[in-house]
Amino acid sequence: MILIYAESPDGQLKKVALEAVTYGAKLASAMGTTCAALTIGTVADAGSLGKYGAGKVYNIAGEDVDNQNIAKAVADVAEKIGAEVVVMPFTSTGKSIQGRVAAILNAGVVSGVSALPDLSNGFVVRKPVFSGKAFADTKITSEKKVLSLMGNAIPLEELGAAVDVETIDIDLAPCKVKRLSVEKQAGGIPLPEAELVVSGGRGLKGPENWNVLLELAEALGASTACSRPVADMDWRPHHEHVGQTGIAIRPNLYIAMGISGAIQHLAGVNNSKTIVVINKDPEAPFFKAADYGVVGDLFEVVPKLTEAVKRLKA
Amino acid sequence: MKLLVCISQTPDTTANISFKDNNTAFNPDGVQFIMNPYDEWYALVRALELKEAVGQGTVTILNVGPATNDVVIRKGLAIGADDAVRIDTEATSANYVAKQIAEYAKDKGYDAIFFGKETIDFNGAIVPSMVAEYLDLPFVSLAQHMDVNGNTATLKRDIEGGVEVLSVDFPFVLSAAKGLAEQRIPNMKGIMMSRRKPLNVVAAVDVPNTVEVVHFETPPAKSAVKLIDPDNMDELVNLLHNEAKVI
Repeated sequence: MILIYAESPDGQLKKVALEAVTYGAKLASAMGTTCAALTIGTVADAGSLGKYGAGKVYNIAGEDVDNQNIAKAVADVAEKIGAEVVVMPFTSTGKSIQGRVAAILNAGVVSGVSALPDLSNGFVVRKPVFSGKAFADTKITSEKKVLSLMGNAIPLEELGAAVDVETIDIDLAPCKVKRLSVEKQAGGIPLPEAELVVSGGRGLKGPENWNVLLELAEALGASTACSRPVADMDWRPHHEHVGQTGIAIRPNLYIAMGISGAIQHLAGVNNSKTIVVINKDPEAPFFKAADYGVVGDLFEVVPKLTEAVKRLKA
Repeated sequence: MKLLVCISQTPDTTANISFKDNNTAFNPDGVQFIMNPYDEWYALVRALELKEAVGQGTVTILNVGPATNDVVIRKGLAIGADDAVRIDTEATSANYVAKQIAEYAKDKGYDAIFFGKETIDFNGAIVPSMVAEYLDLPFVSLAQHMDVNGNTATLKRDIEGGVEVLSVDFPFVLSAAKGLAEQRIPNMKGIMMSRRKPLNVVAAVDVPNTVEVVHFETPPAKSAVKLIDPDNMDELVNLLHNEAKVI
C-alpha cells in the first residue's frame, strides 16, 4: 500500500498534491499494490483525488494543525493501512513534516525526488542535488519509505474516477505552533507551481519599467519572478526571488530578461524544461544555459514578443 | 538563553561539481569548502542576535563531521559563537545526522535549536524536522523573521504564494531562510578569540544507514543556444509553440 499526503492549504488541493497522487498511483502499480490519499480538515472536492489515481481517499476531521500533529496523523494512518511508502509534496509543508514522518515510521527518506523509483535492483529514486548541478540516485533499504516530490516533476494524469471520501477516526494532538495570520501575495499562481514563468533582472533598470515584463506575463498567463538584486533593492517582492537563496523552480518555460545568469541564479532555475534568455550583452553567461536566446535591448524585444504571443493566442 | 546552532560544511556555491569511484562518490579534489550559507548567514547570526538581545546565555555550534570540518567550525566561533562541539564521524545520511544531534542535545536543555533551511549540497531539508521529532519539540521551518517576547517567539515563514505568521513557546527547533538575519563578517578580534574558544570532540552513536546514494550523474550538457533575430519574435513564438511545445 502507498499513502499520499494530499496537503490542502486553505482547504484547497493544489497541483503539487494532485501530482503526488498521480506519482503514488504509478508507483503502486509498479509495486503491484494500491494507493490511498489522506486529507486533513475541510477540503473542497477531496473525492476528485480518485481521478488522479487514488484508490481510496481518507479524511481526518480537525482544522487546528501544525507540522507535529500532521506528521503524527500521517504516520498513524500509514501504520493503520499498512503503507510501505508515504509520498508527499516537497513544499513548505512537506519540508516541515517529512523528517518527522520518517522518524516516527523508522523509514528511510529521500526528499525532492524528480522521477519514479527504479525497482529493478531494490528501491532507487532520483533527486536533484548540488542545487540542480547533478542528480543522485538514492537507494532506500528500510522496509518503510518516505518520499517528497518536486513540483512539476511528473505530468498530471487522469487515471481513475472520483471516489467517496472515508472519514478516518484519528484525534489530532493539540497544536504547539499557533498560526496567527497569513499574508497572501496578490493573485497569480504561486511560483513553485507555475508552468510558465517570466523573470526580470537589473537590466530592467527600475521597478517603474516592470510593465514591459508584466504585459508579456499576462499575454502568456505566466507567473512573474525576479533575480536576487531586484528583490534586495525592493523593486519586486521577496517571494518572487528565484535562485540559490530564493526559491528553486522547474517550470516548462522560463523567460529571463535583463538577467546575466550568475551561477547562484542558475541554481534556482536550471531544471526548467525550456529557457529563453533576452539580454543585450551577447557574453551574458545565461546564454550558455539557454535553449533560445535573443541578443537585443529588452525594451524593444519584449513588446514585440508580447505582440507575437497575442497573435498566436488570437 | 542556551542556544544550539547546527552547521554543515558544503562545497562553495560556485564549485565545479564532479564525482569519482565510477560516479558513486563526490570528488572533493580542488573544491573549496564553506559553512552552508543558510547556517552561517541566517541561523548562526540570528542566534547570536537573540543572545545579545537577552543579554546573557550561550551560543554553541554543533557539527557532525570529521576533523577537516574544524576550519568552518572555527569560522563560526570567529563570527561570535561561544563554543563548539564536533561529533566525530562522517555525515552519511539525514537520519544518521539527525540521530547524532538528537542524542547530543537531548539532556542539555537548549532553549532553541537553529538550522539553515537546507544544505546547498543535498538540498534535503530533512534533518531539522527529524531532530524536532526525536526531541519531541515544536518546529518552524523556513523562518525569515523572528520577534521574541518573553517565552514566546513570533515567526514569519515563507509559504507558497505568501508568508505565514506563527507563534511558538520556547523551547523549539527552527530552520532559517533568507531574511532572518544579515550576514556577519568575522573581524580580527573574533578570529583571534576563536582560537581559544573550546571545540569539543565527542564520539558518534551507532545508527544504521537505510539511505545511500548509489550513483551520481551530471545533467547532459545543453546543446548550443538557438539565437533568434530580435526583429522576428514570431519565429521565437513559433519555436516555443511547435518545437519546445511549452506554450
